[in-house]
Amino acid sequence: MAEITTENKDGIHFITVNGEIDAGSSIYLDDALKNALGNGEKKIVADLSGLDYISSAGLGVFISHLDEFNQQKIQLTLFGINETVKQVFDILGLEKLLTIVESKEAAISSFNE
Amino acid sequence: MKVDFSNFFPQLCFTGFVLSTFAYYRYIITKADSLNFTDLLWKVFITGLITTLISLAIRFFFVIFANSTLVESPLTVNFFYSILIGLVVIFMVSTLVVWKRLILYQKSKNLLQFWGFFEVALAASLLFDFFGASYVDSNFRVALVILGCFSIILVFNLKWVAYLNFKQKWKGILFILLSAIYLYHFLLNLLNFSSTEVLVIDLFDRVFIWGLFVFLFLYAVISILVTLFNLPTSSVFEQKLKEALDFQKLSQSIPRGETKDQTYEILLESSMSAVFADAAWLEVKDESGTVQVIRNLKEEDVNEIKTAIKGDTIKSILQLDLKSEVSSGKLTDDLKHSKFKSIIALPIMVQNKQVGFIVLLNEVSEAFNREMVNIITTFVNQASISLENLSLIKESIENERYKEQLKIAKNVQKSLLPTSLINNDHLTMAAFSMAADEVGGDYYDILEYKKNHFGLIIGDVSGKGTSAAFQMAQMKGIFHSLASQGITPTEFNNKANTALGQCLEKTSFITATYFDINTDENILHFSRAGHCPSLFYCKNDDSVDYLKCDGMGLGIVRNSSYKEYVHSNTVNYHAGDTLLLYTDGITEAKNFDGEQFGDERLKKSFTAHASKAPDQVKEGIKKDLSEFIGEVIIDDDYTLVVVQFKDKKNG
Repeated sequence: MAEITTENKDGIHFITVNGEIDAGSSIYLDDALKNALGNGEKKIVADLSGLDYISSAGLGVFISHLDEFNQQKIQLTLFGINETVKQVFDILGLEKLLTIVESKEAAISSFNE
Repeated sequence: MKVDFSNFFPQLCFTGFVLSTFAYYRYIITKADSLNFTDLLWKVFITGLITTLISLAIRFFFVIFANSTLVESPLTVNFFYSILIGLVVIFMVSTLVVWKRLILYQKSKNLLQFWGFFEVALAASLLFDFFGASYVDSNFRVALVILGCFSIILVFNLKWVAYLNFKQKWKGILFILLSAIYLYHFLLNLLNFSSTEVLVIDLFDRVFIWGLFVFLFLYAVISILVTLFNLPTSSVFEQKLKEALDFQKLSQSIPRGETKDQTYEILLESSMSAVFADAAWLEVKDESGTVQVIRNLKEEDVNEIKTAIKGDTIKSILQLDLKSEVSSGKLTDDLKHSKFKSIIALPIMVQNKQVGFIVLLNEVSEAFNREMVNIITTFVNQASISLENLSLIKESIENERYKEQLKIAKNVQKSLLPTSLINNDHLTMAAFSMAADEVGGDYYDILEYKKNHFGLIIGDVSGKGTSAAFQMAQMKGIFHSLASQGITPTEFNNKANTALGQCLEKTSFITATYFDINTDENILHFSRAGHCPSLFYCKNDDSVDYLKCDGMGLGIVRNSSYKEYVHSNTVNYHAGDTLLLYTDGITEAKNFDGEQFGDERLKKSFTAHASKAPDQVKEGIKKDLSEFIGEVIIDDDYTLVVVQFKDKKNG
């Protein structure tokens, strides 16, 4: 089970994910990203500090939107990923496609680069 | 009073005879348990007929020899009188047993007790008769009155009459009437003899005979009267019985494996006969369209009647849009139609949804009443249950079929994995793969594309289940077409990515590691496409390490830039070195506390077993894994492939 909340602050769209993203809950993550895209958000930050586990279906959600992010010049920054989840991202090679930083501050400042 | 000894012996014989006859008939009648009422009455009638015929013969004898001394001799008279006594006793006792059976047809505790008293009273009257009281004595009369009272109370137990149908009732009346006539005839006969003064034993002086006679005769008369008065209502009883049977037929129609159409037929037939409808039709909408079953009507009539309906409730029933519960009063109505004047319409509901209706018509106006609506309602409800059951059965059959299909898919998928692994002078292998669902998305394969050159792959399709299985099949096709060309691992991943990018779903990807094994030069060349890093055991150092290599999953970047993310690495191996390929189902397997097996545990386990033969390595890791997770079931596909290298030159 996963709990996903969104928030807009200082022109940045925050998506906070808590719990586990598996095949079932990946739908909610997908909805959250689709909404952000639909609202024309350009700066998206995903707070994954509460994410304990992500299945391949959950990773598939991030992957499926990569093209759109690139085409629409949307920047997605992830932060707070724990060691196990980070490893999953790394093994798959996603760390090269996504901006992954340590902290929320780093995530916010990533947009100024 | 004192016992008259001249009377004692004949009375003893008489009593003995009565008791043995009673015992005999009780045995006969009780044994014939399946006899119905008319059969019982038939028995009485036949016994009566035979005994009467014999007694008539005796009478005939006396008439023929009316003037001879023979008939006047006490011996002759007593002889024939004794025979007559026998006949009377047989007839009366057998009738008593049958009457008992009828009276006790629906027994209550009180009735049984009362009957018991009556039998005791009859037995007492046999004893009383030892005292030889004449029928003019007051004691005799008191005893008779007591028996008579018993009789009057008992004779009104006539519940069996209700169970006879019209024809059986007439038969019953006839048999009982004849039995009553026999009784009367016997009475007259006995009276005849009684007038001669030479009898050793006169039945007329027996309370038992009188008491029994009163009882039998009373019961016969009351039975005839009650049956006669019940004649007009018997058709109602029969009707109710038929309804009950129809109801049963409806409820049993599905377990017997009948189809929906048969249920509709039964429903329509039973409803029509229950309310004496002249015509009817039924419409049910199901997945295959609208089914219409019509009785005694033409298609035009149906449409005519539909327009002739006045009541709103019935209109909405016929349009299949009944919204709420309706009172039974609104289901009947009069019709303005040339032929049919009354109508009942009832909705057929399945799972609280109206799926159809039944309409019953009568040529007489106001032909249907509330009672009839209630009967039809129960019929329709029963039919609905049957229909619901039928759809449930159908569903479960369909599920069964899907399961069957999945089984086939499972078999097909199994055939996608290599049936035989390479075991030669250069390398030996062992592998194990298990799917969480019927079908899974893990894949491994090996192919010798050139002498001593092998292409080896392990792959994991994102997700699990059927869609993963299909993508795994695609992966196999890609592996066999690319690996046979002997291309490099990076080229393999690039081309596989291009191929998969065109057919994979947007959210799907495949992780894989491709190995090119050159056993001529003991070189392992590999490229990792996002798959969990393989473990390599170096025998010389007795150490295990992950084979590191940057890479990216197939289908994640679906353009030419994928090349930038693909790399390869080379390892020189020696004899005894062992390679372990696995999928993340192994490392992500959780124990009861939610703890993952993890990379470190796998590495430790592999280190412990790596020097053994491949099969033992595989079994060892499997055992360690199952010990770690305990009873928990792994909810992912998991695969292990062990490759052990040999050095041909060194042995």
